Amino acid sequence: METGLAKRILEGDIRAASRLMRDIDDRIPSSMDSLKELYPNTGKAYIIGITGPPGSGKSTIVDKMVDIFRKEGKSVGIVAVDPTSPFTGGAILGDRIRMQRHATDEGVFIRSLATRGNLGGLSRSTQDIVNVMDAMGKDIIIVETVGVGQDEVEIVNTAHTSIVVLVPGMGDDIQAIKAGIIEIGDLFIVNKCEREGAEKVERDLRMVLEMGRKREDGWEPPIFKTEAILGKGIFELVYGIYRHKQVLEQGQALETKLRERAKATFLEVLETEVMSHFIQKMEKEGRWETFINDIMKRRTDPYSLAQKIMAEELRDD
Amino acid sequence: MSRKIRVLIAKPGLDGHDRGAKVIARALRDAGMEVIYTGIRQTPDQIANAAIQESVNIVGLSSLSGAHNGLFPKVVHILKEKKADDILVFGGGIIPVDDIPELKKAGIREIFQPGASTEDIIKYIKENIQLE
Repeated sequence: METGLAKRILEGDIRAASRLMRDIDDRIPSSMDSLKELYPNTGKAYIIGITGPPGSGKSTIVDKMVDIFRKEGKSVGIVAVDPTSPFTGGAILGDRIRMQRHATDEGVFIRSLATRGNLGGLSRSTQDIVNVMDAMGKDIIIVETVGVGQDEVEIVNTAHTSIVVLVPGMGDDIQAIKAGIIEIGDLFIVNKCEREGAEKVERDLRMVLEMGRKREDGWEPPIFKTEAILGKGIFELVYGIYRHKQVLEQGQALETKLRERAKATFLEVLETEVMSHFIQKMEKEGRWETFINDIMKRRTDPYSLAQKIMAEELRDD
Repeated sequence: MSRKIRVLIAKPGLDGHDRGAKVIARALRDAGMEVIYTGIRQTPDQIANAAIQESVNIVGLSSLSGAHNGLFPKVVHILKEKKADDILVFGGGIIPVDDIPELKKAGIREIFQPGASTEDIIKYIKENIQLE
C-alpha cells in the first residue's frame, strides 16, 4: 500500500504502475484513490479484445501483432487473463511464454491476471488495469481472455475492436459457441489455418455471420486466416483492425461503444462497492455466516434477507 | 481485500529442460499462489523485466546447464539496478554445493538442490516474503 503512486505513474514510473496493478488486483482500498487521480488521463488508448478457446493461439497472435504495432512506433500494453483454480485459489499464468521476446522492449508492458473468482471481480480488475495502462500512455492495449464465461466475454466486449479466434478440429463448436461469442466479434480469426478442416470452420462461420442480424454501423465482420506461429496473415489482421477503427470513428458507433463502456464501468464499480459494503457489514456484525446457514436450512429465504438488509441500510441513513 | 502471493518461475540460459520448473510451478499453484511462468531460454534482462511488470514477491530461477554462477547473480544485479531489489530471488536445479556460498553472497537468498521437496519450497516462500 503506497501513496503517490498515481503521480509516479504519470511520470513514467514502471514500478509504480505494476505496484498499483497489484493493489487493484488485491482490492486494497487505497488503489481507488490512485485510480481517481489517473482517470482524467485515460481514454486515449485504442483497446483491442481478443478471445477464443484454450490453445487456439491467442498469445501467439498477440505476440505477432505487437511486432507490427512496435514497427509503427506505437507503445503497447497487454493484459493476459488466465483462470484461477477453483480448488486451490492458485493459478499458473503462462501467456507470457509466447510474448517474452518483448519483455526487454520498453514500449511494451505485459501483465498477467488471474480470474480469482471473487465477487464481480474480473471485469472490474481488468478494466482498472486497462485504465492504468491507458494513463501510462500506451497507444494500444490488448486484452486477452479465454472465451468461456460471461465475465471474459464482457471484458472483450468493452474493447474498441473485439477479435474472436477459432481453430479447426474442435467439432461442431461454431454452432455451440455462436450464442456466446459470435455476436461480439468485430473480426474473426481462423488460426492454425494450415490444418485440416480450416476451410470448413471458415465456411460455417461465414454462414453463421450471414444469418446474424445486420449491424447498425454497416460493418461486416471479416474473417482472417492466420498461421500465427509463422506470422502468416497477421499483417492483414492488423490492417483489418485499422479498417474497423475507421468505420467506428466515422459513424455513431464509437460514441455508442464509449457510452456502453462508461456504463459498464460505472455499474461494475458500483456493484462491487455496494456488494463489498454489505458483505463487510454483515461479517462485522457476525451475521454473514448465520444468514448463509439460515438460507441453506430453509429457515428463511434469500429474497426476504436481501430486502431486510436493504431496509436496514435505508433506515440507518 | 487479501494479498495473494505472486511468484515468477524462470529458466535463464540455454538449457531446454523445464520439467522441474513446471513441477515447482504446479506445486506453488496448488499452494494457492499465482505463478507466472516465462518458459525456457530467458535472458536475465527478460526475467527481471517480467518480475517487475508482474510485481511478483519472489523469483525462482531454475538451471540445469551449469551456467548458474553467471546467470543467477545477473538477475539479482538487474533487479537492484532497477530499484526492485525488494523482489527476492531463489534458485534451484543442478547446483554443486561448492557454488552455493558464492551465489548466496551474490544475493540469491536460497538454493534448492535435487531432492528438495516442494513443501520445503512452499514453506520457504511463505516464511520469507512480506505481504504488506
